[in-house]
Amino acid sequence: MLKVTIDNKTVEVAPGTSILDAAAKVGIQIPTLCYLNLHDLNIENKPAGCRICVVEVEGRRNLAPACATDCADGMKINTHSIRVLNTRKTVMELILSDHPFDCLVCAKSGKCDLQKMAQDLGIREIRYQGEQSHYREDTSPAIIRDVDKCIMCRRCEMMCNEVQTVGVLSGVNRGFEAVVAPAFEMNLDHSECTYCGQCVAVCPTAALTEVDHTYKVIEALADPTKVVVVQTAPAVRAALGEEFGLEPGTLVTGKMVAALRQLGFNYVFDTDFAADLTIMEEGTELLTRLNKYLAGDTNANLPILTSCCPGWVNFFEHHFPELKDIPSTARSPQQMFGPIAKNYFADKIGIKREDMIVVSIMPCLAKKYECSREEFKVNGDPDVNYSVSTRELANLIKLANIDFHNLDEDDFDQPLGESTGAGVIFGTTGGVIEAAVRTAYEVHTGKTLEKVDFEQLRGMEGVRSASVDFNGLELKIGIAHGLGNARKLLEEIKAGTSQYHAIEIMACPGGCIGGGGQPLHHGDSSILKARAQALYREDAGKAIRKSHENPFIKELYEKFLGKPNSHKAHELLHTHYFDKSNQITIE
Amino acid sequence: MENLKRVDLIFGAYTNEKYKVLESSMSKSSEEIINEMIASGLKGRGGAGFLTGMKWKFTAAEKDPVKYVVCNADEGEPGTFKDREILTVVPRKVFSGMAICGKAIGAKKGYMYLRGEYRYMLPDLMKELEIYHEHARRFGHDFTIEIRMGSGAYICGEESALFESIEGKRGEPRNKPPYPTVAGLFSKPTVINNVETFVNAVMIMKYGANEFKKLGTSDSRGSKMFSVSGDTPKAGIHELELGMSLADFVNEFGDGDTKAVQVGGASGFCVPRKRFNDTIIGFEGVPTGGSMMLFNSSRSMYNVLHNYLDFFEEESCGQCTPCRIGCQQLLKGIVAVKKGEKPSSYLDQLLKLSDTMKITAKCGLGQSVANSFASIVENFKEEMIY
Repeated sequence: MLKVTIDNKTVEVAPGTSILDAAAKVGIQIPTLCYLNLHDLNIENKPAGCRICVVEVEGRRNLAPACATDCADGMKINTHSIRVLNTRKTVMELILSDHPFDCLVCAKSGKCDLQKMAQDLGIREIRYQGEQSHYREDTSPAIIRDVDKCIMCRRCEMMCNEVQTVGVLSGVNRGFEAVVAPAFEMNLDHSECTYCGQCVAVCPTAALTEVDHTYKVIEALADPTKVVVVQTAPAVRAALGEEFGLEPGTLVTGKMVAALRQLGFNYVFDTDFAADLTIMEEGTELLTRLNKYLAGDTNANLPILTSCCPGWVNFFEHHFPELKDIPSTARSPQQMFGPIAKNYFADKIGIKREDMIVVSIMPCLAKKYECSREEFKVNGDPDVNYSVSTRELANLIKLANIDFHNLDEDDFDQPLGESTGAGVIFGTTGGVIEAAVRTAYEVHTGKTLEKVDFEQLRGMEGVRSASVDFNGLELKIGIAHGLGNARKLLEEIKAGTSQYHAIEIMACPGGCIGGGGQPLHHGDSSILKARAQALYREDAGKAIRKSHENPFIKELYEKFLGKPNSHKAHELLHTHYFDKSNQITIE
Repeated sequence: MENLKRVDLIFGAYTNEKYKVLESSMSKSSEEIINEMIASGLKGRGGAGFLTGMKWKFTAAEKDPVKYVVCNADEGEPGTFKDREILTVVPRKVFSGMAICGKAIGAKKGYMYLRGEYRYMLPDLMKELEIYHEHARRFGHDFTIEIRMGSGAYICGEESALFESIEGKRGEPRNKPPYPTVAGLFSKPTVINNVETFVNAVMIMKYGANEFKKLGTSDSRGSKMFSVSGDTPKAGIHELELGMSLADFVNEFGDGDTKAVQVGGASGFCVPRKRFNDTIIGFEGVPTGGSMMLFNSSRSMYNVLHNYLDFFEEESCGQCTPCRIGCQQLLKGIVAVKKGEKPSSYLDQLLKLSDTMKITAKCGLGQSVANSFASIVENFKEEMIY
């Protein structure tokens, strides 16, 4: 152990401990800006670029960045000497001198790490003024880059390259013009961006934000000629409360439903219903392939990969197009809900498809892109018209002057609002495959599953493997969350060394609960864990916890779809994938 | 010339047989080579002046089986052009020095990182490299050298940015520690030295540390290549003994009207006439990677500083706040004062800013902007204002 003194407090730390972490052990919070540490997910960003966390180390001529300087035995550190405070102030003023002053109308106002730091450091004037750097704004179907607001913290770059291994964002240019951008400063939609939104989730400022559909939804709600239907993804209910000051992990399902109804949606449905439907389709596909495999077919196409995450779909279309026949052809729950609402349900209530607007509330930014894909449109009319994030929903609720805290809990409408516990856990890593196993087990073995909780599939490790006993058949399951982890499993498949029968992949670390459209976690990974626990709680409290037992799902098949994987089901609920490896064009 | 001693070590006689010094060094042990380097007192010729022998010793002591030798030929400091000449005239000495270092630290692979603008040298260097590899094979030295081209970024002369660039990444300095001797190129223990340092190492192996030590002072052993430019009738490359006073230097190279000398390039110090006598050129005084720019009274020091800041604003890697924005603020600041848009007292605030940059910037670039800024602003304040 090493002994160091920080602001006259002595602390013992293990070798390799940073000054920042050592200080935290004795209750000294050194301010940081570019630094980010999601401990539970093993994600760390410490370029030591912002220089806000500099401290005085006795015997050193220069100040040391606390985040990137390891403790040495006997080190004496001062975190608030006059030199440190003056320097920190100057550095902050420099950052602000190259930042637009549009806080009043900024998308990040109130949630901006830079704004908070300026307040914490008590900045009241900026002594350095000069030209600010100006860049071209870049919009895509999901993400807006307002590069003038980039402070070069490089968090997005770390997420995009190290965690997601997508490799779209990186530092470009030199000097004052240095900024984070796609190659050749092209637009995101000319890159291999998957729209996973993890860059948005960690951006400290408004340099990266979502494409905001709030007002499009308001306009749709105000249109008397339209029936507006909303679906809410599982992960939203576990996080929305945070936007209203509730503890992370607070379930607000009932209040969310009540708020949506108050906003004026004609029908408040649940994407969880569509998740149950996904299990029927995807689970059946799994069993079909599995039975082929067990019958000795060497082309059985295993492992099967889940396909409900649009970020992940974009990833393999760009990066692993040679594997595009392996994922399940089942659409994501969002895109299963759309055609069921606009065909089955529209018929049922006697309106035409084009008179229905489907809005989805998603923890995700890739969903915005997904619902704009051509294959999910009929004569130009998208199955899902607008996908809005958890954050946008919170804005909608605030705009409508709804007192969220005092709402009476309400229930989803039927029939597309009924869901099982299996649908709920879609929102966290491991949940989709657990839901699939619950159904596949019973269908495959013909037995009733006594214990529906598969603890071995849960957790936060980036890559997990488990096996489930299917009446003598050992079903091998792989789980990856975060695209970098997914890449590891895909490389195994490519090399022919994969041992799995089925693999669940989620683009975002933690699964949808950590999606790019969720309330910002500001680097606190315990928030993600709390959200996951909330979903497992909701699952445990549900009367029905297996997708195939959902009575409205049964009815849907009986009256409309026929059987899972039927011709009609294929037409409405399945999709196909594209090789996008050569689609990047250079202007 | 009595107080200024010209030396002819770098370009001087080497050996008639190709790679003879390298071959004879092969009979020496790693320890013997390193001890000779330490005894010589040779300090790195790139400008920072770390003891070469110690650098080699630290790297040799690392247990990793893979180590690298890197030659920093990214000569980008404004006003220095001596490496260009060395690589043109005596590339054999440079490769020999790298190979001797390889022997000393137990590396099998060396990289030369060549400045982008020096691409025209590549054919000749490759030819010499072929000869080197032939001879290395002949006397059984398992050490190959590869040349990697820079692409014109000044920052890639900073050692850790240079590693990043060789590794195929954006050229940006790393956090230090760890230092290159522990985790350098590809995170392996690495010796990185300047072109000239490797040549000095060869000459020390040829003549011995004692002979080398006869030149220079106790803090600055040996001789040094100087790139002399500006208002001088004798512009060019000159090898001089270290430890001379700037006055002696100006007597030899000045045009009779020298008002200031910028020692060490844009990142070095500007010494005004009144300080020529008490300024020693060497590690005990003002160190230099070799750049000596003379300015006579016809020159505006404001223009000189503007030029340097323009350079830094563009060549900062943009990674850390103090350098990325600080350089721009210094540049805008002196323009504003000159135009009368800011009071002259604003210069004091800019001096404080440059002080902050010195203690907070991540690497030598941002830290050393204050050198030229403060030395020019403080010594030529009236030229900044009027």
